[in-house]
Amino acid sequence: MNQYTDRRYVFAVAIILVGLVFMIRLFQIQVIDKSYEQYALSNAQSVRVIYPARGLIYDRRGEIMVYNKAAYDIMITPRLLEPFDTTELCEILKITRESAIERLNSAKAYSRRVPSVFMKQVSYENAALFQEKMYQFQGFYVQTRTLREYTDSIASHALGYVGEVDQAILDSVPYYQLGDYIGVSGVEKAYEEHLRGQKGKTVFLKDVHNQTIESYQGGRLDETVEVGKNLTTTLDMELQAYGEKLMSPYVGSVVALEPSTGEVLALVSAPTYSPDLLVGRNLGVEFGKLAIDTLNPLFNRALMAQYPPGSTFKTIMALIGLQEKVISTRTEHHCYYGFYVGNIHTGCHLHETPLDLIEAIQNSCNTYFINVLKSILQDVKYTSTAEAYDNWRRHLRSMGFTEPLGIEMTNELNGNVPPASYFNRIYGENHWNYLTIRSLAIGQGELLVTPIQMANMTATIANRGFYIAPHLVKEIEGEDDIDDKYREKHFTTVDTSNYGPIVDGMDLVINGGPGSTARNARIEGITVCGKTGTAENPHGNDHSIFIAFAPKEDPKIAIAVYVENQGFGTTYAAPIASLMIEKYLTREVKRTWYENWVMQLIQPVAPVVKKNNISNDGTEE
Amino acid sequence: MVQRNSVFANLDWVSILLWMVMIGFGWMNIYSANIMEADNGIFDFSQRFGKQLIWIGASLLLAMLMLVLDAKFYIHFSYLLYILLLGILLGVLVFGREINGAKSWFVVGGFQLQPSEFAKAITALALANLLTSHSYNIKKFWHLVKALSIIAVPPMLILLQPDLGSVLVYSAFILVLFREGFSANVMLMLAALGLLFVTSLLLDKALILLFLIIITLIIYMVVARSVKKGLVNGLIIAMVFGVLYGINYLLKTEFSLFLIGLAALVPVALVITVKGMRLREYAQMKILVGLIVSIVFIISMDLAMNKVLKPHQQHRIYVTLGIEDDPQGVGYNVNQSKIAIGSGGFSGKGYLQGTQTKLHFVPEQSTDFIFCTVGEEWGFLGTSFVILLYLGFLLRMIFLAERQRSSFSRIFGYGFISVMLIHFIVNIGMTIGLMPVIGIPLPFFSYGGSSLWTFTMFLFIFLRLDASRLELLR
Ligand SMILES: [Zn+2]
Repeated sequence: MNQYTDRRYVFAVAIILVGLVFMIRLFQIQVIDKSYEQYALSNAQSVRVIYPARGLIYDRRGEIMVYNKAAYDIMITPRLLEPFDTTELCEILKITRESAIERLNSAKAYSRRVPSVFMKQVSYENAALFQEKMYQFQGFYVQTRTLREYTDSIASHALGYVGEVDQAILDSVPYYQLGDYIGVSGVEKAYEEHLRGQKGKTVFLKDVHNQTIESYQGGRLDETVEVGKNLTTTLDMELQAYGEKLMSPYVGSVVALEPSTGEVLALVSAPTYSPDLLVGRNLGVEFGKLAIDTLNPLFNRALMAQYPPGSTFKTIMALIGLQEKVISTRTEHHCYYGFYVGNIHTGCHLHETPLDLIEAIQNSCNTYFINVLKSILQDVKYTSTAEAYDNWRRHLRSMGFTEPLGIEMTNELNGNVPPASYFNRIYGENHWNYLTIRSLAIGQGELLVTPIQMANMTATIANRGFYIAPHLVKEIEGEDDIDDKYREKHFTTVDTSNYGPIVDGMDLVINGGPGSTARNARIEGITVCGKTGTAENPHGNDHSIFIAFAPKEDPKIAIAVYVENQGFGTTYAAPIASLMIEKYLTREVKRTWYENWVMQLIQPVAPVVKKNNISNDGTEE
Repeated sequence: MVQRNSVFANLDWVSILLWMVMIGFGWMNIYSANIMEADNGIFDFSQRFGKQLIWIGASLLLAMLMLVLDAKFYIHFSYLLYILLLGILLGVLVFGREINGAKSWFVVGGFQLQPSEFAKAITALALANLLTSHSYNIKKFWHLVKALSIIAVPPMLILLQPDLGSVLVYSAFILVLFREGFSANVMLMLAALGLLFVTSLLLDKALILLFLIIITLIIYMVVARSVKKGLVNGLIIAMVFGVLYGINYLLKTEFSLFLIGLAALVPVALVITVKGMRLREYAQMKILVGLIVSIVFIISMDLAMNKVLKPHQQHRIYVTLGIEDDPQGVGYNVNQSKIAIGSGGFSGKGYLQGTQTKLHFVPEQSTDFIFCTVGEEWGFLGTSFVILLYLGFLLRMIFLAERQRSSFSRIFGYGFISVMLIHFIVNIGMTIGLMPVIGIPLPFFSYGGSSLWTFTMFLFIFLRLDASRLELLR
């Protein structure tokens, strides 16, 4: 009966084979193939991102400038979708069927597992209604986000705007995810890491019905949300608004600094735009409109426009002359309607002659400062004009003319003070002298500065010899102090003692007798020191320039005003600077008629300055 | 000569140790699979792990009972038990409760019992009794039919209830017949038919026909010892096919390639038959019969798949064979099961640390898919351990079965081995995507009293018989 005993081996071998096949298969799916671990994670984990509110922005007096309003994005995770009533969805969100399908498809194309935005910034009412009916729409959820809101529609250039992250950032900074917001320019960009806070996340376990069960591993993977830090800017909201108002008819820029700290009180670039335009859904469209505007409102003139400083630069010439001891306050020069050497001629206007240094500043004499340049460049201390020139340039470097000053914004440009090598290249080595480059003495020629550099130069004079890099933020919540570089005093290579006479000259420009070039900038009861300028413009009317600080002792404000195509500096730039100073120091402007006149609301019926007192700073050759 | 205490002296304690390890490790995993739902301790009898403790306790008693009974009892009462069983199965059909669409449960108190489970052990007893009866010869046709009937009746009663798994399990008894001398050729043929069945689902019928013809021609060449004859026949078939295909194309009668192929075979088949009859060359005719049987089989399988099996059953088979891909539907279970096991990695997520099983991604995670919990929490180390545990146990059972002098004991032992083996293959195979999803439990491991008791009964009857191996001669 038992003749089939050998068949036991068939059984044994079969059993062992089965076991072997199973173990090979298990080795494959458990050890070799790692993809199952990923599937398991995405099966069971549900990550909910919590977006922090962006930090608020205050002005220097504690007034709120920028805050947040809630916005509701309808998010979608295609993988979790279940059949739903499209018609009802469209009705709730007020979109067409085609649009819904298109949005659905683009979400699917992006990722089936990662949530993406189905519809941006739905109104509160629609979002609430949607939330109520969400049980019908598996795979959708409402994500609350914050959008910027502005107390006053000002300071768009300084504050910058917030927009969605672009692909370049997504690729380089892992923190951001598609649809996240980021500061794109201005303070919003510079202080992005403080303002944005830290996104939080909660990792849940979810079951097969996509129901949340519990926090994953006791919250070990959770990240707490950190609300964005509030900032206090250095801006004075009222002054900023006032500056924008005064500049509204013009193209140009106003920069006001607090000399002792380098804090920017106002940063006006005209024409400007309302920051409200670049918020939310319409950002793209509005940005497009601004970008093609011929007046280029997006261009931040305060930091990026390079202008010749014109006669305001004579103050710097005087300082360097004194420091190099090639002139003294008693140095006098004659001037008869201009500077003449051979067939070289630079015009000047009618004034008394001879003039000493202070009078020359007061009268803005072209001849005098070309002679100062001559003295500097022919200084026997130096073996060549080029060497003397580079020494002159060294002084300018110490005043911040040769490099961007380092305000928080990345788009700040540099002025232009060419080195001696530049002229060597143009004219040949030793083939140029003070005559060749005499326009530099009166702030023309190759010389270019930005409005903020001009304001910084004014602050340096007000401080009698140092400046602190201009900056826009005064305090960051939770930080002991702002960046050290905004605390560092940059002393110029010109001694403090040499500033006195220049300040006196600038006082006389406004408060002197006949011959003062900007008596229309005078403010009752405040000693304002200033200097006019006019920059030649080969393309049209000259640019009107004015720098000023006040009060003369213990200055609180230094300002540079640049008005394009408005002729003599005295005409519009000086009144604007004067009104700004009055506004800042007294908090109100009594001269409302003057204000109206500046804004060209009334005809210039009562010119404050008599015609023959207006200086012609222009040069002729 | 045999005393009661000698039963224990002769017991195979190795098997009992393995049995305890399987039950103990199984319970640990049932506990883990259900832990999220309770925190009232392990004796919370409203929970599955609590209930399983009761089943385990009861199975210990059952084991004792099986050992206490005299070995001869099982031999003498096997037919009676079998008839009793058939009665119960009929009773379930009438009085049972329907659970999960299957009317196969008795509900007693809060507990459910599935009589079809117990039927396996009793069928094994009856089969052993039959095969060891005087003058039984498995080679005799009617004797074989008797044996097959004993095997087939319980699943036929069960088949009235839709329980595909049980039917599959009963087919395992054919392995017992094999051990007892059932023709190896028939077994091979059955295996070939199985292969043909799978390929008939995977490939186009016409293509299979082509393969069959080619294989037949090769066998024909070997048997007839002439390559030339085979080539001539092949050429004739091809030419007839070409002509018929051309006619079909010209007349635009849209007969399928399969039908044209069949028609093309007819002339050659007729010639061989006539020649074979006249010359009494039966070997060639046998080959022809094999081909015809295969073709009939394909056609009937095709009909069975499309007419007899329910769509979801067809679907499961298709998904298992990789013909259809459906991760959210039928494939969902397999997919989630593979994810759970695969995510365990080499050493697992740690006991009680699995997420996939606890969060109900895996269906039936404490019954049919309990192996997922092992895979997820214990990793490859755990799954290998379980596989080796079963291998060791099954090989031990073969060793025990083969040391019997009594054929009854041996046949019963092989009955147990075959049923265990099919459960092991199908259950673990389905969790790792090698088998279709057929709901049968992992013996000693899965949650559930009926299954645990059945296999405990099975094992301990066998161990009882083994303990009396010196005494039993029949
Ligand atoms: Zn002059």
